[in-house]
Amino acid sequence: MTDAVAAAREATGLERVFREVYGQAVATLIRILGDITLAEDAVQEAFAVATDRWRIDGVPPNPAGWIVTTARNRAIDALRRSARGLGLPAELASVAVASQGPGTEEPGEDGPVRDDQLRLIFTCCHPALRPEHRVALTLRLLGGLSVDEVARSFLVSESAMAKRLVRAKYKIKAAKIPYRVPEEADLPERLRSVLSVLYLIYNTGLDGAERSPLRSEAIRLSRALAELMPDEPEAAGLLALMLLSESRTAARRADGELVLLRDQDRAVWDRAMIEEGHAIVQACIRRGQPGPFQLQAAIQAVHCDAASFEATDWPQIVALYDHLFSVLPTPVVALNRAIAIAEIEGPGAALFALDGIAPGLDNYHLMHAARGTMLRRLGRRDAAQAAFARAVQLAPTDAERRFLAQQLNEQV
Amino acid sequence: MSQYLLSTYAVEGEVSRAPRTPEEMGAFMERVVALEAEMEASGTFVFGGALHGPDAATVARKSDGDLIMTDGPFVEAKEHVAGFYIINADDLDAALAWAGKVVDAINQPIEVRPFRATGRVEA
Repeated sequence: MTDAVAAAREATGLERVFREVYGQAVATLIRILGDITLAEDAVQEAFAVATDRWRIDGVPPNPAGWIVTTARNRAIDALRRSARGLGLPAELASVAVASQGPGTEEPGEDGPVRDDQLRLIFTCCHPALRPEHRVALTLRLLGGLSVDEVARSFLVSESAMAKRLVRAKYKIKAAKIPYRVPEEADLPERLRSVLSVLYLIYNTGLDGAERSPLRSEAIRLSRALAELMPDEPEAAGLLALMLLSESRTAARRADGELVLLRDQDRAVWDRAMIEEGHAIVQACIRRGQPGPFQLQAAIQAVHCDAASFEATDWPQIVALYDHLFSVLPTPVVALNRAIAIAEIEGPGAALFALDGIAPGLDNYHLMHAARGTMLRRLGRRDAAQAAFARAVQLAPTDAERRFLAQQLNEQV
Repeated sequence: MSQYLLSTYAVEGEVSRAPRTPEEMGAFMERVVALEAEMEASGTFVFGGALHGPDAATVARKSDGDLIMTDGPFVEAKEHVAGFYIINADDLDAALAWAGKVVDAINQPIEVRPFRATGRVEA
């Protein structure tokens, strides 16, 4: 794509439309063409046609349908040309002829099929692919992010990301990773992989302003997944968790510096997101099939409910963490539970709990920050200082380093 | 229909998880025979078997038009292929389901690798 074309798309708002329809169109084209790269090329070609036409005629009422039909017809034309030239099997040529409808570039009956996106997300998040490849494929194919955008989000070069995508697509094709929603028996494990990819995309979006588009993309994909799989409460739980976390974005930073939950201006929390997240959590509770994402969403819902930090229903939070730990017994869950205990039983009890889990989290900055906080509240200044110093050392982002360094300085 | 190689590796010097007592051996063989019968019945089985160790291997290569033979395996490694199945499967999920059954039967990790579509192999 030339800069001039890109500029034209930007100016006419087409870039946004393309981003929205990309995943739907590619997913449907993969089903029709049976090949990811062919589908991507066909959709790019349709975007080029659309850029010329929509600037004059305006965006059609069903842009995704228009793109799918145009891309399909272009791809079939190309297949027929090569079928004549290279003697492709007769059956493929006849399929191509049969699906050639009248009015080559008008939206036909076959718009994007929502289930195609579901099939594609299970392909992209297949456990036979390595996790970083799952994330990259999901953002590229379903999110419609450019290779460069995906690369920048994960701090790798564009060429390294391009290689990663080529390798993942090669494996899908060579090993025949299927393009379908997994069978019932495989579904729980495979859905977990999809949910954790989406959650990883969201969390990566929390590291710095330039990555914030990842969060909206993760929410958009989770919303689509929750709508497509209404019988899977964990999909709804993930969406609620993201919405409730996202609702506090504006309060999380002041003048570029981190603000703890305790000190956040709750008036700037996004009420609409909180309401939507709450409604989902309520529906999950009524359904009574709790899982890790639903429980984490419920914890966030309790936080969002409170008028102030002090007014938070801490016993409820600890009870939810207990439940969460029973289904997801990780050190990080134990850490968060310990921090909540401080608000009911005081810093001594929290420190006791932290000491039990500290060995497993010795390289995790937030564990040392939590210990520092408890030690400070207990008046043990030297020990608190050592803990904050270690936290500063381990902090992964500049904002967290600055914040923790400030905590360290307040000691002396 | 695609074809996949399911291979298992033995690690030199590592205590094998292979059966030791005659009773264990009997149970192991029973599981393998049942699995292979299931593979045959479903049209999955193409070929398979257990290999002798790398000490039994010979490498053949051409040098100045002469066939040269060298004792030992092609790659001097701690790990070597101990046995394999070649199976027919619709896609990777189907192949992985069979791999799971093989793991259950022989209690060893299995590498699943697709064949390229060349010669007699369809993709």
